[in-house]
Amino acid sequence: MTFRSRLVPLPINNIDTDQIIPARFLKTISKQGLDRQLFYDWRYDAQGQPKPDFILNQPRAQGAHVLLAGDNFGCGSSREHAPWALTQFGFRAVISTSFADIFKQNSLKNALLPIVVPPEVHGALLQLEPDAAITVDLATQSVTLPDGRQVEFPIDPFSKHCLLEGVDELGYILKNESAIAAYEAHRVGSVNTLA
Amino acid sequence: MPPRTIIEKLWDAHVVHEQSGAPTLLYIDLHLVHEVTSPQAFQGLRDRGLKVRRPDLTIATADHSTPTTDPALPIVDEIAAKQVAQLLTNCRDFGIQCYGRGSQRQGIVHVIGPELGLTQPGMTVVCGDSHTATHGALGALAFGIGTSEVEHVLATQCLLQRKSRTFQVQVDGALRPGVTAKDIILALIAQIGIGGGTASIFEYRGSAIRALSMEQRMTVCNMSIEGGARAGMVAPDDTTFEYIAGRPFAPQGAAWDAAVARWKQLPSDEGAAYDRTVTIDANQLEPMITYGTNPGMGMPITASLPEPALVADPLHRDSIAKALRYMDLEGGKPLLGHPVNVVFIGSCTNSRISDLRSAASLLKGRKVNPGVRVMVVPGSQQVKRQAEAEGLPEIFRAAGCDWREPGCSMCIAMNGDQLQPGEYSVSTSNRNFEGRQGKGGRTFLASPLTAAAAALTGVVTDVRTLL
Repeated sequence: MTFRSRLVPLPINNIDTDQIIPARFLKTISKQGLDRQLFYDWRYDAQGQPKPDFILNQPRAQGAHVLLAGDNFGCGSSREHAPWALTQFGFRAVISTSFADIFKQNSLKNALLPIVVPPEVHGALLQLEPDAAITVDLATQSVTLPDGRQVEFPIDPFSKHCLLEGVDELGYILKNESAIAAYEAHRVGSVNTLA
Repeated sequence: MPPRTIIEKLWDAHVVHEQSGAPTLLYIDLHLVHEVTSPQAFQGLRDRGLKVRRPDLTIATADHSTPTTDPALPIVDEIAAKQVAQLLTNCRDFGIQCYGRGSQRQGIVHVIGPELGLTQPGMTVVCGDSHTATHGALGALAFGIGTSEVEHVLATQCLLQRKSRTFQVQVDGALRPGVTAKDIILALIAQIGIGGGTASIFEYRGSAIRALSMEQRMTVCNMSIEGGARAGMVAPDDTTFEYIAGRPFAPQGAAWDAAVARWKQLPSDEGAAYDRTVTIDANQLEPMITYGTNPGMGMPITASLPEPALVADPLHRDSIAKALRYMDLEGGKPLLGHPVNVVFIGSCTNSRISDLRSAASLLKGRKVNPGVRVMVVPGSQQVKRQAEAEGLPEIFRAAGCDWREPGCSMCIAMNGDQLQPGEYSVSTSNRNFEGRQGKGGRTFLASPLTAAAAALTGVVTDVRTLL
């Protein structure tokens, strides 16, 4: 999993999932069709017209795969619609100095890489020219800057394995049927919601 | 065995399988399902030809996109109607008990779990909703999950999880009049910041937490996620046991005695170590209010707004400036006296009977300011019935409030209950993000008492001046 991309900078701390996709769009029963709703209230005016000053409406965002966001990206609601909307727009990675827990887990399950870099690297990325591209490589867990500097990023080894090998997490859990059954055999204090 | 925290005890008790290189496979005792984050998970099961492994450990209700109008009337919003109908279809197809619209047990998922006695100490509880942390108030390890994980739990009753860090929140002392559980949690989040508890689970401890009722503990645990923690817990004690006893799904007879004996083993051992500790002096707390666009932007209600120019870190300075701009507030000024358009009393944070009693105690015999629209939304049908039995709707209506049907309502503004652009609310809910209560709406988070005070005066008010 290697890709090269311009950066889409959104250097705002604590971007919450209500901004990534507002709650009124969660009435859908599908996973699809969420790309237009990404950052909707920052992206469109009251008439539904694109706001030219918002980064996603600018040429550098078209065809880009990497969002460069501020600290604690994806805080708030657990909605998986957030990574669905980001990936449907075309993003394959978000770079930040930290991520909220649930968003990070949701992203990894949707092949959206939550890449944590140190503040000084984050600062250097923000200084890049608009058309400068970086390379992200999951196997080596590295981001390569235009000047050739390579920065490693942490990722959960199991998630990395699943993404690189195409392992389906639910399929993996289902293979543990005997362990689950053994655990259930000695559980105590269960409720019965069907009673 | 070295001394363990309650967090570690619950983790250890739910390990199904451990394999090097993979996260722990953890068993889930109770799975709560609602209409918004489940449809794609059920579709995933259908696509794979899978069943729900343990419908007996699963419960569903409709709350998020559900109107707070008469349940006998159809849902006007066609997309919401379809989503609520899909929940019923999914529950019927997969054999899950659903307390949907019109059920006597319908309500906000985090209100009905505890009130039905489904949430019990020592359990692992999950839901496709970040406020699942609420259930930690009963000594359960409860956390929010995404829709992929909802599918995992439906299919296997298990989740792959990494251990979180343990974070002790020590709150000692006694709350002064006008200061509530909501003020404890708003003060914590203001202190550590919205990301302060990331990768951690809070355990709330200390004399001020012990003195809280079960419902007040739920208010505290509910907003753990607003401090970045996936879960927050309070060790069970006699308050917990008294709360659970006699509820519909609570153990009975010999099973009750056995359960209490088990639950008494759960509190953290003497000398158990935490990865991090913060302390809060309850004696010093004042009523809290948020001024900005995340729950960490909170302050004592008598304080002045922060001045961005005085903030050193540039991104943090930008955050404060951006928030004040969105809220149309000026740094350095007080918030007291700021006009309010709407007051919302409800949500999984503050819609339980004690919250409604608290608000009613201030509103009784008084009139809300004519310029303020006040919505009171009980957390469940059971809360609504209890409130009716106590005459609370009459108090609210006489004061000029709108008394509605249970649901998430204006906390998430998915069901038509929402702010108009530019309006200010004082809200007892949990999130003040931009547009959270309606596009362009501006939210001040506070306790039910502080919300009721604003309803009466039409401006942000220190409730202690009205007590």
